[in-house]
Amino acid sequence: MSFDHFLPQDLRLIGIIILAAIATYLTRVGGAIMMARMERIPPRMEAALNAVPAAVLSTLVAPALFYGGADVTIAIFAAFLVGLRFSALPMLFAGWAVVMVLRYTGLF
Amino acid sequence: MASRDFWDGARRGVPIVLSASPFGALFGALAIDNGFSIVDAMFMSATVFAGASQMVGLDLFGHAVQPWLIVLSVFAVNFRHVLYSASMARHIAHFTLLQKGAALFLLTDPQYAETEKRGERGEPVTFVWYMGLGLAIYLPWLLATLLGAVFGGLIGDPKAIGLDVMLPIYFMALVLGFRSRDNWLPVVAVSSVVSVIAMHLVGSPWHVSIGALAGVVLAACLPVKSGEISR
Repeated sequence: MSFDHFLPQDLRLIGIIILAAIATYLTRVGGAIMMARMERIPPRMEAALNAVPAAVLSTLVAPALFYGGADVTIAIFAAFLVGLRFSALPMLFAGWAVVMVLRYTGLF
Repeated sequence: MASRDFWDGARRGVPIVLSASPFGALFGALAIDNGFSIVDAMFMSATVFAGASQMVGLDLFGHAVQPWLIVLSVFAVNFRHVLYSASMARHIAHFTLLQKGAALFLLTDPQYAETEKRGERGEPVTFVWYMGLGLAIYLPWLLATLLGAVFGGLIGDPKAIGLDVMLPIYFMALVLGFRSRDNWLPVVAVSSVVSVIAMHLVGSPWHVSIGALAGVVLAACLPVKSGEISR
């Protein structure tokens, strides 16, 4: 184990990280500031906001299902079936077990 | 009472930490591979604290991409937080300004999902509960980053130990958790299809913002049920 790379080598990188952190914090407070300036939420806007989590999270799942390869697709589908009855941890375990079996039995 | 709220929140963090820690460690390991020092990796996990965008950032830095483009890409991947924070504002409206500033710093996908679920069940979203959950995610994220950065070489290929399927499955579990909401199926279907097409046509990470926007616009256009929209 070497600690040659323990300290920053490149101050530019620290600058990039600081700017990235500020940009990220702005996304985190931006929505709340926007809402505070509105007196009440119109029903369609509320319907839109209600749809946000499922809409965003779907975009993090679907491409993996589609482009991740057959083993990943089968694992996600297995986890989906488990998810109809059980919570996140059993789903993670089922998907992991399926992908490991597929990869180490030489099927993929 | 307050301490019970804190630990109640922290307990909700356990399954989140179990599924997120491998990614924290992976980030730490990949960061070193891409020319970060251990301090750089820790600094990024501590200040940005958004896994997917951290991965994008280190990948672009490793490819010597222009700094402004790296910052813009991190912003794009994290843009979904604007929608989270707008949607969550009603649940944390009773926090003081300082509490909001601290709470929103810890806003992540699972933090948002758990806060919405708690608010929807009609249980009080107290500042102490929120911070219990947030810190139970934040501190292990730093530890996982450190362990990954120090022992990175030992992880090797994440696919060999099946790590690559964990993130999409975790996000799918969150999606399923919202299935009792109005318009859930059409929103999920449209966002999924549009994100797959956008990934092909425009590329990552824009497929996230484009796909999500499609689902949200659809929800705004669908007939609004009379009375109160389910919160």
